[in-house]
Amino acid sequence: MSNNTVSSARKFDFKRLTGSKGFSAFTAALLAIFLGLIFGFIVMLIASPENSAAGFRMVLIGGLKRFGDVLYFATPILMTGLAVGFAFKMGLFNIGASGQYTMGMFFALYVGFMWDLPDSIHWLVCVLAGLVGGMLWGFIPGIFKALLNVNEVITSIMFNYIGMYLVDMLIQGNSVMYIPSKTRTAYLPDAVQLPSLGIKNSNLNISFIIGIVIAIILYVILNKTTFGYELKATGYNKNAAIYAGMNGKRNIILTMVIAGGMAGLGGAFAILAPSTIAGSSMTYEPINVIAPNGFNGIAVALLGNSSPIGIIFSAIFISHIQRGGTLASLYGFKPEIIDVVIAVIIYFSAFAMLMNSTVIKVFKKRKKGRNQENSSGIESTADLNKSKAAIEKEEA
Amino acid sequence: MEEYIIEMLNITKEFPGIKANDNITLQLKKGEIHALLGENGAGKSTLMSILFGLYQADKGEIRMNGKPVKINNPNDANALGIGMVHQHFKLVDIFTVLENIILGVEPNKLGFLQKKEARKKVLNLSEKYGLKIDPDALVEKISVGMQQRVEILKMLYRENDILIFDEPTAVLTPQEIEELMDIMRGFAKEGKSILFITHKLNEIMAVADRCTVLWKGKCKGTVSIKDTTKEELSRMMVGRDVSFKVEKKDAKPGKVVLSVRNVTIPSRTHKKDAVKNVSFDVRAGEIVCLAGIDGNGQTEFVAGLTGLEKISGGTIKLGDKDITKASIRTRSKEGMSHIPEDRHKHGLVLDYTLAENMVLQRYWEPKFQKGGFINSQAVRSYAEELIEQYDVRSGQGPDTIVRSMSGGNQQKAIIAREIDKQHELLVAVQPTRGLDVGAIEYIHKQLVATRDAGKGVLLVSLELDEVMNVSDRILVMFEGEIVGELDPKKTTIQELGLYMSGAKRNTVKEIDNE
Repeated sequence: MSNNTVSSARKFDFKRLTGSKGFSAFTAALLAIFLGLIFGFIVMLIASPENSAAGFRMVLIGGLKRFGDVLYFATPILMTGLAVGFAFKMGLFNIGASGQYTMGMFFALYVGFMWDLPDSIHWLVCVLAGLVGGMLWGFIPGIFKALLNVNEVITSIMFNYIGMYLVDMLIQGNSVMYIPSKTRTAYLPDAVQLPSLGIKNSNLNISFIIGIVIAIILYVILNKTTFGYELKATGYNKNAAIYAGMNGKRNIILTMVIAGGMAGLGGAFAILAPSTIAGSSMTYEPINVIAPNGFNGIAVALLGNSSPIGIIFSAIFISHIQRGGTLASLYGFKPEIIDVVIAVIIYFSAFAMLMNSTVIKVFKKRKKGRNQENSSGIESTADLNKSKAAIEKEEA
Repeated sequence: MEEYIIEMLNITKEFPGIKANDNITLQLKKGEIHALLGENGAGKSTLMSILFGLYQADKGEIRMNGKPVKINNPNDANALGIGMVHQHFKLVDIFTVLENIILGVEPNKLGFLQKKEARKKVLNLSEKYGLKIDPDALVEKISVGMQQRVEILKMLYRENDILIFDEPTAVLTPQEIEELMDIMRGFAKEGKSILFITHKLNEIMAVADRCTVLWKGKCKGTVSIKDTTKEELSRMMVGRDVSFKVEKKDAKPGKVVLSVRNVTIPSRTHKKDAVKNVSFDVRAGEIVCLAGIDGNGQTEFVAGLTGLEKISGGTIKLGDKDITKASIRTRSKEGMSHIPEDRHKHGLVLDYTLAENMVLQRYWEPKFQKGGFINSQAVRSYAEELIEQYDVRSGQGPDTIVRSMSGGNQQKAIIAREIDKQHELLVAVQPTRGLDVGAIEYIHKQLVATRDAGKGVLLVSLELDEVMNVSDRILVMFEGEIVGELDPKKTTIQELGLYMSGAKRNTVKEIDNE
């Protein structure tokens, strides 16, 4: 506390590197993944000892063989991950990404089938329709929260069901979209499908690039704009935000609308994508199941520490593991095993901050004797260990 | 038998950029009350955390009865009979008093809780030491003073002999402080040893036997209270002479900047109104102090005044403008600055950097943003300006995460922000709560400077010294009403106390409704 000059001169070294929040989150995520993988391997070992090595190898690197597919499947969960993570920055738990995703899907499908538009812009309008659908489904829980202080978790869970049943009903009742004999929607016309990026053996399309651009835009919004400043301030300390005269109600609604829009885009991207069978597109089956990609978004956001940039990587990673898992089934592993492995990774990421501080402690011991040693250790334990945080306050 | 029950010898502890403790030696005798004195950030809490096992010292050793001991965590400390009352109480709000006391050492038979025995023991202790508690009350419902007694009983229940009190009086009323002092004397008589961390000199003079003074992480020496004076202690603590009197010229009240008429605010906790029909004016160039014992409606009144809560009746005018129903942002724009009572709850976003906190009220101004994008360069240089001008100290300047700063510097940051902002009225609520003499002196100077710059200041304070020294006019609040208007030059602390306790009231001159 006494000498500003000394410490500001140090801000470029070790402290700067390990103490930065991004670095902490990154090492934490890597650790989570590492431990999760070890545990996943053990699970595979128990399930089928003789195939475990080959199967695990598939999980690890199987996805690389068709990396285009990894990115293809990463896109929807990137968007739902953003939907969860963005709201989380404001302290809102948007568990309704599934419903928003489904609404986005339906809006996109509806515009794709029912509107007659010029070929060149038809897909784009479908994407925008998906955005609007998701926004609508984010707006309603947002307005309940803002005006009536109804917990957004409850409303958005309810809206998962409302959205799913509503969409199933609307699709089944629409003879243009629905093929009753196949219990799925018809293929979308070519012009409505998203333009492919032309990567061999892959249906990777423009949505992946749009997704990344959107993630970067969200990053900029969060870190460079007054809206992001207000949003994070509200997430960190709601009372201080009120004291500072920030318009909490408007921000809650706006955040939920943006979050919903992200998930809606995810739904649109998923349903408008060309599928592996030539000339066909993805289809929607109205079978009363809540879209799992919405919940995967929670995992993606958690692993990415709610940072839009982190979410890009965690979405790709989870997609990679999922692809690898699908390939591991060649060795007789059931897809459920893969789900277990993924679940374990997510479970560990909940402990990420704790693990991070442990690592820093080890780091610290090695670096003992140097001045800047335990900086980040203190920073990260501060969140976990309130008693220490109280002392921190006193001693700066 | 060793003379010292516990010794901390040549303790050194470093944090990034700061030597929190530099070769500090502290020796505690059996049965004494030993004060540990120092400004915020002098290293008191770090030293105690080392003793309590929350941190490990880089160098130095701890001895108990002459034998070296290792304290790796609070459990070790507990086993050695060391107990601590933290500045921020560590109680479970939704548990009863009894449950909190036995927490962690619950007596049980085969896993079934034996509350009866515990209750007996707790009640015995409570009676023996005069620590009045209600064992079945929920902690969230009891007063701060009683919460502290619960913390003390926790130590006694664990049969600790070395009791650490970390700034125990910061949250107490004058009467409660008096009670606590008596309790501490009782402990010492019983042979328990007490470490009393504080920066309030009066209390040390009143209760301690010896005092160790820390200054910027270094040990300035240990003195016997019998042989020293308040002035000498303060010189040791701050490193220079401190004036206890607030230097100020007579006020020159100008036009009315705040006029409050018949304001009524309902209570959140009970059915009656927390603020009843309050009317007064604050003029430019004067410091009006709203005095009173905690919980007599001051908090609610400030919430209504600053827009945090809605008022149910009356009008508030800031200058010529009616702001009764205005938003917080509007009030801020119209020239109201607010130093909030709880700096952690309202005043700061602790996980933001110092620079980001400095613009908490102003980030939307054209100076700091363009088209919705924050001009981080402007924010940074503005923060640097304020840091320089108001001497806010921190580890990494504008980039410091505010959570890591000392309480005094956090408060300085808020004061810098609120005073530098364009304002006509400064509402300062307990601005010196929990701060050391150096910081208090500084803050009082800032309040007077604000007044002399022609602004109106409404000071809400529970500290009688502050009320008497800083204000130009005192309004006493009792049970939600203003029961008296006093001139600090003509009144005494005793008289003020009578008004505050409701024993006396004068009919406040009816203010015309113009």
